[in-house]
Order: sequence, then structure tokens, then C-alpha cells
Amino acid sequence: MVSTPTATLPPTLPGLDPSWSRLVTAVDADGVSRTWHLLDNGVEPTAGTMFCVHGNPTWSYLWRRFIAEAPVGWRVVAVDQLGMGYSDRTAQARTLAQRVDDLGIVSDALGVTGPGATGAVVSVGHDWGGPISLGWALAHHDQLRGVVLGNTGVHQPEDSAAPTLIRLARTPALRTTVCEATPIFVRATSALSRPALDVGVRDALAAPYRTARRRRAIGEFVADIPLEPGHRSAVTLDGLKAGLNQLADVPVLALWGPRDPVFSDRYLRDLLTRVPHAQVHRYETASHLVTEDAPQTARHTWTWIGQLRSPGRGDPPTVDSAHRPVWAALEARSDDPAPAIVDGHRTVSFALLVRRVRDLAAGLAAHGVRPGDRVALLVPPGADLTAAVYACWRAGAVIVVADAGLGPSGMARALRGAAPAYVIGVPRGLAMARALGVPGQRISAGPVSALTRRLLGARIGLADLARLGRGVPTPGHPHAYSECAVVFTSGATGPPKGVVYRHRQVRAQLDALTDALGLMADDRLVAAFPPFALYGPALGIASAVPDISGPGRLTAAALEQAAAAVDATVVFASVAALRGIIATAPVTPSPALGRIRLVVSAGAPVPADLLHSLRKALPNAEAHTPYGMTEVLPVTDITLAGIDDAGPGNGVCVGHPLAAVRVRISPLSHDGAAHGPLTEAAGVTGEVCVRAAHVKDRYDQLWATEQASARTPGWHRSGDVGHLDGSGRLWVEGRLSHVVTTASGPVTPVGIEQRVQAVDGVVAAALVGVGPVGGQVLAVVVELAEPVTGVLAPPAVAAAVRAAAGVDVAAVLVTPALPVDIRHASKVDRTRVARWAERVLAGQRAGRRP
Amino acid sequence: MSALKVLVTGSSGMLGGAVADALAARGDDVTVLQRRPSARGHREVLADIADRLAVAAAVAGQDAVIHLAAKVDVTGRWADFARTNIDGTAAVVAACHTAGVGRLVHVSSPSVAHAGASLVGAGADPADPARARGHYARSKAAAELVALGAAGRGQPAVVAIRPHLVWGPGDTQLVGRIVARARAGRLMGVGSGAALMDTTYVTNAADALLAALDRCEPLDGRALVVSNGEPRPISELLASMCVAAGVTPPRRSIPVGMAAAVGTVADLAWAAVPALRRAGDPPITRFLAGQLSTAHWFDQRATRLALQWVPCMSLDDGFAALAANVATTALR
Repeated sequence: MVSTPTATLPPTLPGLDPSWSRLVTAVDADGVSRTWHLLDNGVEPTAGTMFCVHGNPTWSYLWRRFIAEAPVGWRVVAVDQLGMGYSDRTAQARTLAQRVDDLGIVSDALGVTGPGATGAVVSVGHDWGGPISLGWALAHHDQLRGVVLGNTGVHQPEDSAAPTLIRLARTPALRTTVCEATPIFVRATSALSRPALDVGVRDALAAPYRTARRRRAIGEFVADIPLEPGHRSAVTLDGLKAGLNQLADVPVLALWGPRDPVFSDRYLRDLLTRVPHAQVHRYETASHLVTEDAPQTARHTWTWIGQLRSPGRGDPPTVDSAHRPVWAALEARSDDPAPAIVDGHRTVSFALLVRRVRDLAAGLAAHGVRPGDRVALLVPPGADLTAAVYACWRAGAVIVVADAGLGPSGMARALRGAAPAYVIGVPRGLAMARALGVPGQRISAGPVSALTRRLLGARIGLADLARLGRGVPTPGHPHAYSECAVVFTSGATGPPKGVVYRHRQVRAQLDALTDALGLMADDRLVAAFPPFALYGPALGIASAVPDISGPGRLTAAALEQAAAAVDATVVFASVAALRGIIATAPVTPSPALGRIRLVVSAGAPVPADLLHSLRKALPNAEAHTPYGMTEVLPVTDITLAGIDDAGPGNGVCVGHPLAAVRVRISPLSHDGAAHGPLTEAAGVTGEVCVRAAHVKDRYDQLWATEQASARTPGWHRSGDVGHLDGSGRLWVEGRLSHVVTTASGPVTPVGIEQRVQAVDGVVAAALVGVGPVGGQVLAVVVELAEPVTGVLAPPAVAAAVRAAAGVDVAAVLVTPALPVDIRHASKVDRTRVARWAERVLAGQRAGRRP
Repeated sequence: MSALKVLVTGSSGMLGGAVADALAARGDDVTVLQRRPSARGHREVLADIADRLAVAAAVAGQDAVIHLAAKVDVTGRWADFARTNIDGTAAVVAACHTAGVGRLVHVSSPSVAHAGASLVGAGADPADPARARGHYARSKAAAELVALGAAGRGQPAVVAIRPHLVWGPGDTQLVGRIVARARAGRLMGVGSGAALMDTTYVTNAADALLAALDRCEPLDGRALVVSNGEPRPISELLASMCVAAGVTPPRRSIPVGMAAAVGTVADLAWAAVPALRRAGDPPITRFLAGQLSTAHWFDQRATRLALQWVPCMSLDDGFAALAANVATTALR
């Protein structure tokens, strides 16, 4: 018999404390003595033990940060599986069943389980270590405190072929070449990360696999993946899958890297059908080695484990007798022939809309849409979208709404992440869904030929569903606590985040809005800002949708046409739409626009001069600009008169909190973080915290982000910074992530930018910081009316900007265009500007545009 | 506090003179040491800083020494830099030790710790002759190691202060050269001119040295970078200095790569041809090209906390003082 390498201790490697390494010898299920290498912090487990299992072809090194960051009282053990890492090589290939048994033998030998069991255990697994760790977890259910999974899978989803990489690697010839004879597989695993992993870490991951003999188990591991029914490990894996329902009472956390080409998002979706209670955090930029690409996974996992001790929120109640469904006002007008929606070419009456919604809801249910299913809507605002939304709600489905304002990459991330079970879309929407790789069964909207529909992958259309549902009773109502929508933040300050709402939160939002704006049953509205296009039916009032195919494209003529169609009294518009209206306003206002009594603009701050100019187009409208965010809207409200009354100050005055809303400030500390206890004191700058019934339920699949935003129980941390003034008005000073931390304290951008923008010749300004946290210096980047050469402002401009700023400004830079977000075309991406300024002011080449 | 007996070496320079004046102004008993008479009215010892016997004689009986004497040039032979900067510092340290002088403030340079990369809010890393670039920086790095090598033994307590680009009225090194070149139409920007640069107005640097002298014991062994804490784009600084001095600021700039290439050629030519050295400084050196096109600014939080000092003169105050000085000089 050829001898095989035996267990050794690893050499010195980055991030690895040699004192963690130890060898453990025990007899395996076949009676053979084996020696395992493992990492063990050796702590007396007064709180519990974390038991980590790596996948293929990695080793326990993967878990070094989990050990380094372990809280007091936690023992952490990370095993190298046999044949892997620095454990014994075995003469024969190991099967899944043996690997599960091996883990139990090791945990018994260490006293983690078995006769000397030391209490609660959290199991952690990654890649093919996932099923093995889950197998161990099922066998030790009585001690199981929680389950943590990195990118992994227990089942080959039916809707796809096995990952090409694995299929290729499993052909015997290739397997030997790729996995054993060469280190291709070993090296490729750590080459997936973007940005690339540190070379020292990549070498460390490959360190135990230097020779073909040491790599043999890697190929055997790949061969042990049961892709076909007759496979020797198929029975074990099937048993494991069947057993996962026993984990219903065990908390599960999934740490997911969406860029994994092997364990892609469909494996996460499959896992979530088996452990639907799992909490998920998707690390947007992470790939397969999620714990390497997102080092914060260790901290997040320990935070999660820390909270397992405190009692959970419990299941939400299922009955709220006072709840008025979102569609109540619409249903109340089921016999009304008056127009409900006018979307340019079509007028739909309330009676027709109600019928359409009922038919579609029944049709969706008959087609298989279940309560809680997510349905993405890629339909432009108008009658079809409104009917589809209310039908989804009546059927208990959760709508997923990603607007074009997110940009293509933002939409792709948003929709793939939300993982809808169904996609309802016009042909352009369905084509985009295909291009972006959005999952879900397709349903076409609008007129479309059978051929096009087939090409787009849709088997059925909305019209067919309405026919299918005609005369069929509408499905049972979702209750107040049912989820109803996933909407997305604009991504102006990072990748778009999904935000989950329940029915009662949307109801509370409608009530807050009605109350704040004094909306009446006899109002009629024009919705020139997509989200508001859906409010009309819920408010029981008629709405018209003008052509708003892009921000800034709305003209006064288009607005007038829409207003005339419903004899509108109220206009909802974005800042960009307002600009369009002003730019195209006729000299004499038309009668239809003269009847508008109220114009509402939300989503981004509206400059007062813009609202003054708006008078020209809407002479009788009182301008309201409620403040809020995707996570809670509205928070405050202010009129043009209120803005004029407030005058200039440090930031944008957004008015008083609404009656149903409470606002507090969490003061900033020197490092720019908002750690201070909530206060109402005037003049204190900090993070704006909001309490209201219409605050979001949670962020979608962003467990750690949700934790951070809700870390003050009962309050939503908005990520905005501002202060309250002596009369209780809120002033917004910028984003928390844009606060500059100078040696003399934190500096917020908006107030200074406003003062700089008042300088002659300055069109727009952004204030950013460069340098180390706490020791940053300020740079102002301006867009000028007169173009200049170079990146430095002319001396006269620089002097004027400095004088206006009133703080020590290290440099005044010029750019032809500051980058703004797509959705509002008005929020400056200061993070990007800061990166550019950092390069310019370090003397590097950076071009003229951020 | 009774009057301290303080020896200031190298007081013929702008900063050394300012330090001696500031000490005298607050009532300390000042002796200055340099090669040539300074005519500032302080008790004076004329000596070569590397002359151990002369230095020992001057140090004997002092309570403290502020050591500024150094060879500060862009060109020259290594042996000259080593002699003045390294041997000179060794002579001062040895003399302090022998004479039982309690405090030594060693004036160093931020360039002792850096290898030419951008410095963005940098701290004070340990001096490293292997990484420092150019004869001046390398010799000053070695000198700082010599000075701080004496720390921790109580006699003397040593603090190294690294002021960055000291300037002010009467400055022949920085302002003088810039203005002379601008007047001759030979001053050019390098690259975008946007790289942030820290500078130190002369009285601020002098105040910081006095603060270091007063806190020598608790700060024994520390090296601290000192600046105004107001970094500005390099071309803005050059322009402000020119305007204050009444000359037209440069309008032209050359690309970074070209500046580095010219600097490299000039380095070689000036090293090889004595006639060039006698005629004056090269138009640009490779080191200078790097300095003019990369950021050099420092995080001053640790320094200000350690020294319990803040600059009294802002950049704008400094430029005004410079302009006033130029005006009075012109009247004379």
C-alpha cells in the first residue's frame, strides 16, 4: 500500500494564530485511526461553541476571522476535513455519509458533543461543507443553537443544468487534470473575487495543496457530488434534504455572495424553500468565498449569534380588525362609471377597474400565484399597472417594483436579489428581465403577438388571466400583517436596497399622506412621479398619468392634457418634472392648470426658487414638499410659504414632523458616526431617526443592514443627517455617509453647498473630505457657468467660494458636471466626487469628471 | 519659571533666528552657535557643528539645546551632508550627554520617513535612511536616529520636530528661490498643480519648537511633524507667495513625466559638471519634480495634542506678513 501524507500543523500564514492549530486523533466509523488538523481557540465555552466546516477546495483557514472576532465565552472550532487542509490523507475516497460521520467523531472527541457535551452549538458551513455541516446539525439537533451557511446548496435546482464548472470537473480525465495533477481548481477558487484577494491570502488558501498527492481528495470530493440519481451519495443527500424541515425551530443565517458562478442565486432560492425562516444577508460585491470577499461576515455572524439570546420578535399577529384594506376605497366605488384612471390613450372607470382587479386577482390565483409569492411588475405607470398591482394585492401576492430610475445595473441587482416567482411585464419589460437574468415565470402585459410572447418566455398574458378569473370568486384577503411590496432605494448612496412593506404599513402611509396634504374624496390627481401613480385608487380618487417616460421629460402641455382629462385638483411631481413644467410653461397659464390647488413634490429636496418659478405654470397651487425616504414617507411636510418663513440655515428646512410621526436626532461623534442617544434638543446635528406606523418592515435579504437601521428599537435610522430647530422644524444637512470628519469635528455638506451655490458663477457645488477619518480636510467641487481649463478654480472664484463657505477649505476644484442619481437627477453622488477629489488632490491623474 | 539656559544651533537660518528671538522674548537665556556671525544680538559661539570640542564647550552649562544646524541644499556631495547633518548631530548629542543637559529638541524633516509616495494626512513614521530620497533626507534620517537614539535615558530627553516647508519673511530657501525664479520667468507648475501641500509659517514652527522644549520630558523619544495644518494645492501656494512678493505667478505648467525626466537629466549633469554647480541650482531635480506633483500633507491631531500647541498665524496672515515685509524691504 502506498503511504499517504499524515496530518501536520500549518506554517505561519497571514491572519492565522499558530496557537489555534492542533491535531486530534480518533477512530473513524470503520475502525481506522485518523488524525485531523483543526483550529480551536480553546476557550471554555460558557456561552457556546461555533463549529465550522469548510468546502472544496478550501480549509479551516476560511474561518480565521470568526475565531479572531469570537466574543468572550465562545469556543470556535474549525475542522479540516479528512484528505483536506492539514488533516490525514486517506487511501480511499470519502463519501458524504462518511464526512458527516467524521464530523460527529471529531465533535465528540473535542467534547463539543457526546458524553462530555459542553452545551449549545452553532454550526457553520460553506460550499460542500454546507451539506456536511447540515448533516451534522440534524444529527445533533438537541444541542443546536443556530445554523450559519455561506454560499452552498443541498439540491440541484431542476430549472438548470448543473454548473458547467462542476460538470466539466467531474469528467474523469478532466477531474484528474484540473483537481489533482495541477492546482488549477485550487487556484481558480480564490481567483473569483473582485477586487482580487490579497496574494498572501490566496497563497494561504492553496498552502495545504502543494502536491498532486496532497490534492487527491479534492478530485474525489468533486466526484462525490451526487448529480445523478444512482450516485452513491445521492441517498445521503436526499435524506438530508428531507430532514431540513426539522430545522424549522432553529435560527438560520445565510451569508450570500451573489457573484458566485457556482452556487448562484438559484441555490439560495432553493435553500429558502427548505428553510424559509432563514435570515439572509446578500453581500452585493461578494463571490463564492463570501467570508473572504466580505470580511464583515464574521462580525455580522457574531452579532446575529448575540441576538439569539434575546427573545425574538415572535410571529406578527394575524388579525387586526381595525385594518382597512388598501383597496377599500376603490371597492367602495365598484358601481361608479366615473373615470378612475386616464393614461393618455385610455380612460378606465372605477366600475371597470374594480371588475378588472377582481378578475385578475382570481386569474392570478387560478394560475398558481400563492399568497406571499413575489411578483415583479415591469409595466409603465397607467391603467394596466394599477390593475395588476391591486390584483396582486387582492391575491395576497407581494409586488416587486423596480423603476427605470435605478439604471440598468441597479435594476438587475434589485430584481435578481428580490427573486420574484413571477414577472408581469410589457414586451420591453420582459425582454429586459431576460437580459438582466431575472428569475420567475413570465406573464405578458398589454397587446402582444403569440410569437413575441413565446420568444419572451411568457405562456400567458394579463388578458388571459382576466378571462380565467371572470366569475370566479376572488381569493381570500391577505391580512394586515401580510407582506405586500418590495420597493427599492434609489441607489444614490450605494447599491439599491430592497425595502419590504406589509399591508398595514402601506395603509398607515396612505392615512399619513391624506392627513398631511388634506386630500379629499372629491380631489382628482395627476401623478407625474411614478410611485404616486398607484395612490389614486387607494385614495378612491381619479388619477391621470401623463407621459413620464423619463425624468425631466414632462412638459407643461402634457401636464395640462392629463389635468384636463380628470379635471385635476392635485399634482404629484418629481423635482425633474417640475423643472420640465417650468421650462415649457406658456406665458398665460391654461384654465386646467389654473384649477390645480395643490402641487406635491417628494423624493429629493426642492429649491425654493424652483417653487417660486412654478407659480407661473400653476398660479393657484400651494406647493408642498414632504420629506421622507423609501423606508418611510412622508416624515415631514413644508409649504413654499414655510420655506420662505424659515429662511436660510445650515441645511434644507423640510418642516415639522407630521402628526403621526416622531423625529429625533442621534448626535454625531468625532468620527462622524451617530452613536449619541436620541434627542429633541434644538441645534444638535446628527442622524435623523424616525418613528411612525408607516416605517418599512425591513430591508430585504440585508440582515446586517436591517440590524444597523433598526438598532434603536422602535426607530428607523434614516442615514440622513440634520438638526431640529427651536420651533421643532427639521433641517436636513446631508447623508451620514457624506459627513466629513475634520480635526475640528464633523462637517455636514448641505449648508455649505447652499452658501457656495449662491456665489456668482457657481452652478452647483459638492463638499467632500479627503484624508484619514477624523483628520480630513475639506474640498469644494463646483460646476461653473463659465468653463475653465484645468481642475483648479480660478483664484477669484476660489476666494469667493472660501469666503462663502465659512470653513477652512483646502481646495476648490472645478468639474464640467457633478454626478447625480438617475431616479431624481438631483442627488449628487458625493462618495464618487470624494474619490475623484482624493486622486486629484494627491497629484494623480483623474480626468476632469468625477 | 526661572530663565532657562538654551543653546540654539544654526540660528543664522530663518527658523533658527526666529527660535532664538522667541526664547529671548520670553526671558530665556539664549546662546547661539553657528559658523558666521548672525548679528541678532544673542550671545554667540562661532563654530563648526561637527567640531566636537567646540560644540562640547558651547553645550556645557546649558539647560537645553535646540539643534537646527544642518546642510539644506538640493545638490551637493554626500560627504558634506553626512558631516554636517549626521556628525554634527552626533556631536550635539554627545555633548548634551557629557554635560548632563536635560533637554534636546532636534529639528528634523518629514522627508526622513518617506519614499516619494503621496502623503495624504500622513503621520510621523520612524525615520528610515534606506527609504529617504536624496542626500539631504537620507542624512537627516540618519541624524534623527542618532538624536532619538539618545532618548529614554533621561539625559537628555529628546524630541524630534519635523516642520514641513517652513517659510516666512526673510526666507532665502523656499520663498527666495520661488520668487527669484518667478521674476526670471523660470517658475513653472508641474502637472495639474492640484496636489495638496502642507507648509509651516516660520513663527508657528518656532512656537512648536518652544512647546517641544517645554514638554521634552513627557515626549522623550517622540518624533512629530509640524505644519500649519492648512494644506493647499501647490500651484495656489506658489501663486500666493508670488503675489505677496509682488511678482507675477507662473502661468505655465509642464507635465509630470516631463518634469521627472528633466529632473533626472539635471541631477546627472549637476553631479558630473562642477561648473554647473558653481553657476547655481539646477532648474529642477527629480526629487523636486516628485515633491511638486504629489500630495504632502499631515494629520496634525497627534502633534497638537502632544505639544499642546496650535499655530497662531494662518496662511493668509502669513501671506500678509510676507507682503508687508516685501513692501518695507522695497522702501529701504
